[in-house]
Amino acid sequence: MSEIALQVNFGLNIALLLMLVAIGLAIARTRSLLAAILLMGVYSLASAVWLIVMDAADVAFTEAVVGAGISTVVLLGAILLVRAGPVRHNWRMTIVPAVLVLGVGGLLVYAVTGLPEFGDPASPTNAHVGRRYLIQTPDEIGVPNVVTAVLASYRGFDTLGETVVVFAAGIGVALMLGFGPRSNLPPAPAATGDHHVVLRVTAKLLIPLIALFAFYVQFHGDLGAGGGFQAGVILAVAPILHALVFGLRGTIAALPVRAVRSIATMGVLLYSGVGVVCMINGGGFLDYDYLFPPSVEAMIPPGLMGDPDHAHHWGQHFGIFFIELGVLLTVAATMVTIFYGFAGRAAEEPGAST
Amino acid sequence: MNVAVTHFNYLAAVVLMMIGLYVLFSTGNLIKRMIGLALFQTSTALFYISLGKVSGGTAAIRIYADSPEARALAAQLDPAYVQQFGVGGVVYSNPLPHVLILTAIVVGVATLSVGLSIAVRIREAYGTVEAGEIEAVARVDAAGAGRGP
Amino acid sequence: MGDVLHVVGGGLVVAGALLTLLGGVGVLRFPDVYTRIHAASLTDTGGATLVLLGLALISGLTLETLKLGFVWAFVMLTTPAAANALANAAFSAGHTPRIGAFQIMKGVAASEARPDTQRRETSDDDESAAP
Repeated sequence: MSEIALQVNFGLNIALLLMLVAIGLAIARTRSLLAAILLMGVYSLASAVWLIVMDAADVAFTEAVVGAGISTVVLLGAILLVRAGPVRHNWRMTIVPAVLVLGVGGLLVYAVTGLPEFGDPASPTNAHVGRRYLIQTPDEIGVPNVVTAVLASYRGFDTLGETVVVFAAGIGVALMLGFGPRSNLPPAPAATGDHHVVLRVTAKLLIPLIALFAFYVQFHGDLGAGGGFQAGVILAVAPILHALVFGLRGTIAALPVRAVRSIATMGVLLYSGVGVVCMINGGGFLDYDYLFPPSVEAMIPPGLMGDPDHAHHWGQHFGIFFIELGVLLTVAATMVTIFYGFAGRAAEEPGAST
Repeated sequence: MNVAVTHFNYLAAVVLMMIGLYVLFSTGNLIKRMIGLALFQTSTALFYISLGKVSGGTAAIRIYADSPEARALAAQLDPAYVQQFGVGGVVYSNPLPHVLILTAIVVGVATLSVGLSIAVRIREAYGTVEAGEIEAVARVDAAGAGRGP
Repeated sequence: MGDVLHVVGGGLVVAGALLTLLGGVGVLRFPDVYTRIHAASLTDTGGATLVLLGLALISGLTLETLKLGFVWAFVMLTTPAAANALANAAFSAGHTPRIGAFQIMKGVAASEARPDTQRRETSDDDESAAP
């Protein structure tokens, strides 16, 4: 039984990797940018399935949402704006990179053969710090999902850096393309017939459900796969879908550019504010054990939630809750800002509909 | 066992990385280059996640020891193996690479958008996103500026 | 009892996968946009239904069943809508089926599928509002 289960797992792994390589080759071969972008979406979905086989449920979630959702929309927006024709090739642009790639690839293959075997539980990667996280998380943090514990608590400072990078990227796109349309968009023309009625009704049904699902993913992140990053991207999908189906003008009226900007800033401030509160209460930056002063900690009855021996888990629980909320706000608002940047540019361009 | 089998994941990551690198070099189209860069990035993710996989492991969400789920998972594996490498009677994959890659994917799409927005601005300034043509336009502009009044 | 459910559920999953594969073959083999959309969307919903039903049988009556039900409802909502949008876009762009123009196309296509209104697809709604 055990052997068969392992072999099935490994066989799935190999099949999916071959699929990924095939899609990669197709992306390299195609000259149509549109085909390449859609293939990237397929690639992301296939790699999400592969990530599930690799036990990386949280990453698979993120990859499916980001790769097949947001990044496809952003890439499509970009080719709409640059109106690029098919990619041109010449033989010099094929031979030289091919030789270079073969050389580098050969070196890397040589290096790879020195790595520990795939799936080795005693390899240096798996035997030290990762294992320590797995063993210590119930005692020190008290949430079942070790990925969330590492992301939000053990490596909280690192995650703060990532959140700030996402925020900075949002600002970068906004500085390049504008925070949204600079002028007031004229009203959308009266609906032409009932061509999009199915799309409109479906979108109306789905948008609240998408937002609800985002909050489920957010608040379920301690217990199962999920967390601020995934939920943020899912939450951003709701206004993006609204803009795609009902037009950018209505979306901006409902969710003004200024509000999105403030929400993104609030997320980063909330995250770092939690760290500062911990410092004020005598701990290190983002040391959630010190999130509540001892007087508040004493008021919490032991055994109210989880393990009665570890009352200080309350600090960890609330710390993770608040910083994940900060991540949600920043990621969602940044993704919407990026979309507003691209879509606003497209709406402003004279003759963009050609 | 054969290296091509035991190290298959790493080899696949190398192949995908080289495909990404090839796309990056073989075209002057900035959008296609960004796609190549994204491919390159996912191959890194592939490599990290492969390193963190523990054979017979499960997703790094702690299950209570001695619960029916934990026993069902442990029953599929050799008891000595579970004893040595398991945590609370269950073998988990390494969560650390998952954390690193999870954030890297979201940061990746944000930086991809920055690159694409720069490409859009280049298109607005030069009228093309082909690297060679951009240089030609820039040269013509420079020459025009030199002769100008 | 559990074993029977496992076998039936596994069979349904395999059947769903085969149906989806058939849809993929259809997308490659069929001659024009409309028949391809037809092949992809019908087998997608059918295949997903079979796979989810099989998974529900394997997992038994737990919370998972409810989640699978949600997934099914979502697939049933989105796939037909996507197929509709795709066919709508193909129609607006002036694609004619290989088997010959259908009734609505003969009268309407000439007036409505003018080049300047062609790209009225989902993503272009906002920019068609531009002056």
